[in-house]
Amino acid sequence: MSSILNSIDLQFILGSLIKTAVFWICIMIVVAYTVYAERRVLAVIQNRLGPNRVGWQGLLQPFADLIKFIFKEDIIPFAVNKVLYLIAPVVVLVPAMMVLIVYPFGPRNVPLPGGEVLSNMLNNFGNSLGYDWALDLTHIDLFVSNFNVGLLYIFALTGLGVYGIVIAGWASNSKYSLMGGLRSSAQMISYELALSLSVVAVLIPAGTLDLVKIVELQGGTWFGFIPKWNLLALFPAGLIAFVVYLISAIAETNRVPFDLPEAETELVAGFHTEYSALKFALFFMGEYVNMTTVSVLATTLFLGGWQGPLVGTYPWLGLVWFVGKVFFFLFLYIWLRGTLPRFRYDQLMNFGWKILLPAALVNIVIAAVLGVLFL
Amino acid sequence: METIHLLFLAIAALAVVSAFNIILQRNPIYSAIGLIIVLCCLAGLFLTLYAQFIAAIQIIVYAGAIMVLFVFVIMLLNVREEESRTDRQKYLKFLAAPLFLALLAEVAVVIRFVNMPAPAIEDPNTAIDPSQSLGTVESIAHVMFTDFVLPFEATSVLILMAIVGAMYLARRDSGEGAERIEQALATDAAQPPVAVHEDSGH
Repeated sequence: MSSILNSIDLQFILGSLIKTAVFWICIMIVVAYTVYAERRVLAVIQNRLGPNRVGWQGLLQPFADLIKFIFKEDIIPFAVNKVLYLIAPVVVLVPAMMVLIVYPFGPRNVPLPGGEVLSNMLNNFGNSLGYDWALDLTHIDLFVSNFNVGLLYIFALTGLGVYGIVIAGWASNSKYSLMGGLRSSAQMISYELALSLSVVAVLIPAGTLDLVKIVELQGGTWFGFIPKWNLLALFPAGLIAFVVYLISAIAETNRVPFDLPEAETELVAGFHTEYSALKFALFFMGEYVNMTTVSVLATTLFLGGWQGPLVGTYPWLGLVWFVGKVFFFLFLYIWLRGTLPRFRYDQLMNFGWKILLPAALVNIVIAAVLGVLFL
Repeated sequence: METIHLLFLAIAALAVVSAFNIILQRNPIYSAIGLIIVLCCLAGLFLTLYAQFIAAIQIIVYAGAIMVLFVFVIMLLNVREEESRTDRQKYLKFLAAPLFLALLAEVAVVIRFVNMPAPAIEDPNTAIDPSQSLGTVESIAHVMFTDFVLPFEATSVLILMAIVGAMYLARRDSGEGAERIEQALATDAAQPPVAVHEDSGH
């Protein structure tokens, strides 16, 4: 064991664990307050007040909801397939959260305030146990990990999330759940194609699948004032890709106007009809983590991630730009929910296969031609 | 023993256990889930061998697309338990054991006597030029579009043929259905005026 603890991997493993924990807590808080924001913003759109009783302006509402979910009676219906019924919420949530490690939150080598004290403390602790650690936490990277196939990793894991929904629908042993599960899987398979193909137009100027490098390549400006975002790269290919991506991302996360899997007027609540208490909360969290993931991906691929004014001088500002852009997309989700009616099922399928998919394919050709001419 | 070897062994053990799960379960949906776990484990094994791209593609294509269709079909047909065994192929099961032993012997011989030189693997994350290190997107794309461009294009033609075939089969069915519906509608449309005429006659 001592050989493992002394190896140079230690700094990487320990650092990754700490960072994953910190980022995980941040994402959970973002998810909780996205739910709160959704209820408040929808209330404003629909001309009512929304939750404003727990804490100042209802700011403690997410915690009240969480406590309520934990203490509710945990009902397992009689006719369900028990094993799969219990596994399904976990299968939705775990892949959704595993994506977190490739989010590029900010630049590399950011000076950490108090990092020197922290690394001294950890090293002394290691030395007192008899290992000679030489951890250096004065500068940290504001992402957990970056690897060569980061983007494919995200697509692979978000693709696995569909099993949770399908299994939940089947294991519940109820018509509404099964219909919701089938609709959801059909919808996610259809729109996954357009989503993945739209991204190719961005990969042509970027030339890598590594999310951290994609963001780094978007630094600087054209003509001194237009930011060098992929949204505007290879004009108009980047713009078309962005529109296709955004529409498919909303369909992929089963949100309004594509929320047919849980259309309450026809299917009660879709695949999670039979779920209650904390298991229902897990589905809910999974949906919101997925929303965050597609927003992060939209920010990273099209809007330059953490790039923005003054990031060179104040690296921590990158985090602010990043969070701001992600919140813009989360707000867009809520805004759309308050504005648009739901699609009919055949309209949804026709739109995905006959409009979005050909548009994404043609856009790849446009981007490739422009890339050969101008890159 | 390095950490990566421990990981390799753990993932391989899980893969073998899940593979047994596939054939021992009576309920087809449990078998399908076992197969999904095996495919994810294979992706993990590829990762420990620095084949990042193949690992990701393994999950996207097999676990993410093909197995979803399997699960879809099992759920749509609502197959609960394995149907009662038909004994039409009863001699095949006596062949299974010798075939398995032969395969095992073959693997043992390969491991014992064939000495493949290990390729020079460097960690792609620290490599200076990613296209030079094994298993990255760049190196696989480079090989695929230069040395193996003909097999690659031939495969895409094959897939195109499969797509056209599937379209043809699906379309012919729906076409006949549409004709039947049109005929039925035509007869329906022909009847009401007669009825109205009779009504007005009384």
